[in-house]
Amino acid sequence: MNIVVCISSVPDTTAKINFTDNGSNFDANGVQFVINPYDEFGLTKAMMLKEVTGGKVTVITVGDATVEAVMRKSLAIGADAAVRINMNATDSYSTANEIANYLSNNPADIIITGRESIDYNGGAVGGILAEMMSLPFINACNGLELSGNTAKLTREIDGGKENITAELPFVIGGQKGLVLESELRIPNMRGIMQARSKPLEIIEPSSKEGLTSSVSFEKPVEKEACKLVDADNVAELVNLLQNEAKVI
Amino acid sequence: MSVLVYTESWDGKFRKSTFEAVSYASETAKLLGTDLVAVSLGEISNDELNKLGNYGASKVISASNIIKGDGQAATSVIAEQANDAKVIVFSNTYTAKMIAPRLSAKLKIGAISNVIEVATSTTPLIVKRKAFSSKAIEIVKVNSEKAIISIAPNSFGLIKTEGTLTIENSDTSEKGGITIKGQETASGKISISEAEIVVSGGRGLKGPENWGMIEELADLLVAATACSKPVSDIGWRPHSEHVGQTGKAVAADLYIAIGISGAIQHLAGVNSSKVMVAINTDPEAPFFKAADYGIVGDAFEVVPKLIEEIKKIR
Ligand SMILES: Cc1cc2nc3c(=O)[nH]c(=O)nc-3n(C[C@H](O)[C@H](O)[C@H](O)COP(=O)(O)OP(=O)(O)OC[C@H]3O[C@@H](n4cnc5c(N)ncnc54)[C@H](O)[C@@H]3O)c2cc1C
Ligand SMILES: Nc1ncnc2c1ncn2[C@@H]1O[C@H](COP(=O)(O)O)[C@@H](O)[C@H]1O
Repeated sequence: MNIVVCISSVPDTTAKINFTDNGSNFDANGVQFVINPYDEFGLTKAMMLKEVTGGKVTVITVGDATVEAVMRKSLAIGADAAVRINMNATDSYSTANEIANYLSNNPADIIITGRESIDYNGGAVGGILAEMMSLPFINACNGLELSGNTAKLTREIDGGKENITAELPFVIGGQKGLVLESELRIPNMRGIMQARSKPLEIIEPSSKEGLTSSVSFEKPVEKEACKLVDADNVAELVNLLQNEAKVI
Repeated sequence: MSVLVYTESWDGKFRKSTFEAVSYASETAKLLGTDLVAVSLGEISNDELNKLGNYGASKVISASNIIKGDGQAATSVIAEQANDAKVIVFSNTYTAKMIAPRLSAKLKIGAISNVIEVATSTTPLIVKRKAFSSKAIEIVKVNSEKAIISIAPNSFGLIKTEGTLTIENSDTSEKGGITIKGQETASGKISISEAEIVVSGGRGLKGPENWGMIEELADLLVAATACSKPVSDIGWRPHSEHVGQTGKAVAADLYIAIGISGAIQHLAGVNSSKVMVAINTDPEAPFFKAADYGIVGDAFEVVPKLIEEIKKIR
């Protein structure tokens, strides 16, 4: 079983988001980067599948050298190998295109992406990748059970879930539910030591062609100060919601 | 030239997010001086299809044999209709996120998700979208001649118009590589992404046995119930209620946070809501910095009073 997990390196969830050069660039100063939380569920699931079926888990990231910290962490958690495609990911299409290129030379049985990256929030790389490879794509996937070459999957739908079966290979957009929060793995000392000697291959991009480009960023407008209502005067809150905010 | 909009239905009915996508697409069609064509997948009545006309669609192509959850089949069918389309519009639902990116790859058209406003320029197409889990707004340009736009639910609103709609049936039957075995939906519950009001509880509520008042308040307001991440992690509430940066995104008209501290990861997923209310015993709780209205007080006293007061006006 060959499992490839696409990992996005993203600002830590507590990071303050700022921009430099008049909003054209993300200010990475002082920001810590982590494995995209949705990808962390996918990576853990990949480890668990491998422990049953045997095989190999490879993590792949499109990015410059700064993403290697997160890749080493993935190796410390238990991935067997890492591949970095040496390109600044600026567009979902070009990112997916590079991953598809790699996969056409290195076929995988299961390709795991996250439901979305918490920085770009495109929710797109998995779907684009699947179409490029003519594979099924199960998005917002919160359950995956394998027996032989057939998988039973569940995906979140608005207000419930959908049960699906699919034959290998396929692409998923993973999230919580794939594994439990409590099952997420934290790298231990042994893992960190082992990670140093695991392969991290660097591949040059085949083409950098993208279909969209970022023009600039803005910060959302700041809210006005909160209107506090006395706990003994709940009627006033209802009045404000009804007559001032007009939301009830 | 035309604008195409994917009109998603659930059990044969359209929801507000669909009409919102049609309204958005209709405004885009006006900008381009062209007509709006809708595509509907799955079984649906003509009565229901006709509602699309109220939001600006002039034609709908109804492919009743196609199952929307089969992303490969759905993409092929929409692609067949897209020859003439300059812009293709989706609402950012879980299902649309399986179709729009595929379509982008199939037709080599730039796709932008999470869009919150009508385009500020059409050649090239430039739009605003939410990024960094709503901590920033990004202005993005499409480099291809055509564009795919997925709008963030509840960011645009509905615009009613008058017009006539023609219905065209398509008997295409395609099939992708998955088999859908069925769905499990909690009937009678309002979904978080669709709700105008969301009532949400955090660890301050002390235990699952105390959610009765949350549900009662939600019922009164015709609201969905939600919770913070630790609440679903401990198992007090189902995972499907987890909202925030790593859970569901909320963009409601009104979000009421009860016993939720307002951690940055929580706020990142809910602060697209138009009005936020915080009820918390701790005056220093970060939620008060983000909320529009707040009560510093004990949820177990404030919420029952709130229920009484709302009963008076309902
Ligand atoms: C990678 C990562 C991702 C995360 N993603 C999310 C996410 O998507 N969503 C999310 O919610 N969190 C997320 N978190 C967790 C987040 O950091 C907070 O820990 C969490 O939101 C806190 O939940 P809470 O407010 O319910 O609990 P607490 O922080 O424990 O707050 C409870 C609040 O209740 C108040 N309170 C106590 N008693 C009462 C009472 N009787 N009446 C009224 N108020 C009372 C307290 O004053 C306190 O403010 C994430 C964390 C990480 C590290
Ligand atoms: N630069 C990248 N390198 C590798 N995988 C990525 C990259 N960006 C996104 N992905 C994968 O695609 C998923 C969805 O990302 P996005 O389309 O940006 O929301 C992520 O959860 C990752 O699994």
